Amino acid sequence: MTASVFFGCTFIAFGPAIALFLFTIAREPLRVIFLIAGAFFWLVSLLLSSLVWFISVQISNKESAVQQKGLLIFGVVLSVLLQETFRFAYYKLLKKANEGLLALSQEETMPISIRQLAYVSGLGFGFMSGAFSVVNILADSVGPGTVGIHGDSQHYFLSSAFMTMAIILLHMFWGVVFFDACEKQRWWAVAAVIISHLVVSCLTFQNPEYVTSLVPTYIILFLMGIWAFYTAGGSLRNLKLCLTCKDKDFLLANHRPR
Amino acid sequence: MDLLSNKWIINLLVCLFFIGVSCNSVEKKIYVHLNYTVSCVRLLNATHQIGCQSSLSGNVGVLHVLESEENLDWVLHSGPNPPYMVILESPLFTRSVMMKLKNGSSRVAGVAVVAPNTNPAEGFSPHTTCPNENTGVYSETYDPTMANCNMTVWNPLGNGLSYEEFDFPIFSLKDDNDTQIIRQCYLDHNHAVNGSTPQYPLCAMQLYSHMSAVTDTATCMRRNAINFSLNPEMVCDPLGDQNVWASTRPLNNTAKGHKMWESVVIAAARLDSRSFFFDIAPGAESGVSGFVTLLAAAHALRNATQEAQPNRTILYTFFQGETFDYIGSSRMVYDMENNQFAVDLDNVHSVLEIGQVGLRADSKLWLHTDPVSRRNESVNKEVEELIGNLRSAATGLNVTVDVPRFSQPLPPSSFQRFLRARPIPGVVLEDHQSAYTNKFYGSMYDNAENLNVSYPPNLTPEEQLEYITDTARAVTEVATMVARALYRQARGEESQLSSIKADPQIVTKMLYSFLVRSNNSWFQQLLPSDFTSYLANRPPNFYVGVVQQSSEPTLLVQYLLANLTGGTVNITQDNCKNQREDETDKVSKHMYNYMWVQGAAPPNSTERGGYCVRSTVRVSKALSPAFDLQQYTSKNFSTWTESRWKFIKGRIFLVASHELEMLTLGVGVGVLLSSLLLTYIISSKADILFSSGREPTNATY
Repeated sequence: MTASVFFGCTFIAFGPAIALFLFTIAREPLRVIFLIAGAFFWLVSLLLSSLVWFISVQISNKESAVQQKGLLIFGVVLSVLLQETFRFAYYKLLKKANEGLLALSQEETMPISIRQLAYVSGLGFGFMSGAFSVVNILADSVGPGTVGIHGDSQHYFLSSAFMTMAIILLHMFWGVVFFDACEKQRWWAVAAVIISHLVVSCLTFQNPEYVTSLVPTYIILFLMGIWAFYTAGGSLRNLKLCLTCKDKDFLLANHRPR
Repeated sequence: MDLLSNKWIINLLVCLFFIGVSCNSVEKKIYVHLNYTVSCVRLLNATHQIGCQSSLSGNVGVLHVLESEENLDWVLHSGPNPPYMVILESPLFTRSVMMKLKNGSSRVAGVAVVAPNTNPAEGFSPHTTCPNENTGVYSETYDPTMANCNMTVWNPLGNGLSYEEFDFPIFSLKDDNDTQIIRQCYLDHNHAVNGSTPQYPLCAMQLYSHMSAVTDTATCMRRNAINFSLNPEMVCDPLGDQNVWASTRPLNNTAKGHKMWESVVIAAARLDSRSFFFDIAPGAESGVSGFVTLLAAAHALRNATQEAQPNRTILYTFFQGETFDYIGSSRMVYDMENNQFAVDLDNVHSVLEIGQVGLRADSKLWLHTDPVSRRNESVNKEVEELIGNLRSAATGLNVTVDVPRFSQPLPPSSFQRFLRARPIPGVVLEDHQSAYTNKFYGSMYDNAENLNVSYPPNLTPEEQLEYITDTARAVTEVATMVARALYRQARGEESQLSSIKADPQIVTKMLYSFLVRSNNSWFQQLLPSDFTSYLANRPPNFYVGVVQQSSEPTLLVQYLLANLTGGTVNITQDNCKNQREDETDKVSKHMYNYMWVQGAAPPNSTERGGYCVRSTVRVSKALSPAFDLQQYTSKNFSTWTESRWKFIKGRIFLVASHELEMLTLGVGVGVLLSSLLLTYIISSKADILFSSGREPTNATY
């Protein structure tokens, strides 16, 4: 649909993620490394789940639409479970790496805390997930045509972009909550993350009724955001403190790296 | 076991990879690709360029199906969503509509013409009214009253569309399901009901036919010669192919130039034709009728000329590229003048050309001659003798010949190029007295239906091949007359004359193969096995094409002529392919041409029994001398070139309104800026915001 739609959808989908990367991660090389490693872990999980789905599609009956739909649902569920498994695996790897890093470094303190790692790995998962969700759609949005000649909805590009933005932010929030829950052995929180991920993914089966898939997703995003805020050490008191203290701490000079 | 399982896994992965690769499904949601894409292309000559051009990234336009010529106002002035892609039904594809579209081309993105399944009732000819007017013999110096069709307009129905330049693409669509999708898309989205403006999203089409060459032949040949990189990019190619010729008496083809004591009667016909669109040229009346008659006459003369050789040699010549300023005949005359051909102009005694002979009203044929050369008494005498031979050959046949009035010039014909060299006696046989009877000269409607070649229903293709149509019978009569006239002109024995008869079975098979379907059992026998891929389930295309690419008709006529005028010789395939009769033979290749053809399969097996055909059939290059002499602005020779292009394709899709696109961009920029702002604020306040639950800094948390 031309370059303006391409740039519009790119900015919608990756805007928050780019902003987060630029201001919080880009200056710290260690965070960049862990971000990329997280992205890689997500990629491996996708590869495995797509391999399983691909093989199951080949051996299934290609003509039956019901079977194909069933296989798709199975594929989605499997993919979600594999992603969360790899998130757990990454958590375990990071714990081990942390001990090694501590042994290697001359300082007594950790160069990077597990909370930061949770945020960075969640964002890494989000980046790669967003890329795979939306890049091929963006590539086709550059051409002169828009979706619809076969009767599909016109708002395909826009709703894909918004969905991708939600998914990237959700991955970040899930990362924070998940790692914290693993640290404190709160398994019900882990289960809640997995279930909310499943719910969001299965909501996409409502497409092309984009309202019914996007609105609940954004509600879940908002709720997960609040949970992650509290998990990361925020509180209502801090928020009020921030919003009212407009005369102090506005400059970046007071910003201390955590 | 390890190796086996590894191999199995690799095989499985490779197979899955190939099975799984498919088109991008998002693209399939957006675009519907056009299957059948025929467009008009750019041709250039010494002075200008003609044809169509699209932009490098394709022309996109909102579809509009034109209802009438008044509806053009919507496209050119009042429509709210320019540029438009105009879909024309064939009755609206006229000069006035196209010129109006050309003048309003800032609002016109392209044109798609729906070709009907049957010919229109009134004629249509996109060629000019005076074909090849600058390269014939009639010029200001030869005779000013006859130059530029001042005396007779040969193609009065011609609207000259093929020779106009358009800066938008023009495609041709077949009237089938794909076109119905296009019309339906227009009705669903674009149709303005009761004066209301159509709402977005609108149905649009994109056509790609970007041509690399510009301006004229000299420019594009200069650009061809630029050697900047390792892969120099060519932008155009000269038009041309090969002429096919054969003689009744073998001529030494290796010894070029004048042959002592040879007196040659040239029997000429042209092979090629053209239409407005690239690579569609059925050429039924303009080309096929002429050369099929000559082929049938050559076949009829085979026995007579082998038993009792006439005094003069008859040279059957089939010229390619005549539609484009006489490429083939100008080259042959040039070769004859420069001793590059088996004979030269001193050997040529007279010329008989078979023009358009398929549509005979009242079964009359007209013998056209050139009045200017006939002012010379000796030439006039020879011409009168040739006319007399033709008249007497027509006795007893269902053909009446007549001469048009004396002062009428020759119609456009290859014979004019011979006259440009020297005054040679000659006659051009046509079925029209002055203006063409062919209503579809140079158009895509000049097909079997134009010649009334029709078959009863429910015949299989092989039965149709053998069925003798009325047109075939008529053409056979003409062929018999031509054969007898040629024989008399060549001073053959009078006694043989009555046995010379053209075979209607051969004529109908030729007409079927060249007008309906070239892939049939007869042609498959005539060709060698490596060329059977040229045969298709449709008639061959008679566009001359670029010189590097040999066109189908040249090949088919070459092997057909060999079969009809030559004979079988019993030699091995190896000897046949090496142009010799046995291991020690070194002379036969100068006089004869040997071709190995695949022949028919005997009834009980599938192996075809090939054999060797010995004939005097040769090919000679039909490339305009302007390219050898590098005179790219020549006025004497044809300078036609065809531009190169990367691809020609089209697709339809919906377009959204400009406002929606800008809104999307605005929302995107807004989201980006607001998230940058928010992130900056949060990260600058991060220690305050995320401070609770913070333990001493040296704990591993």
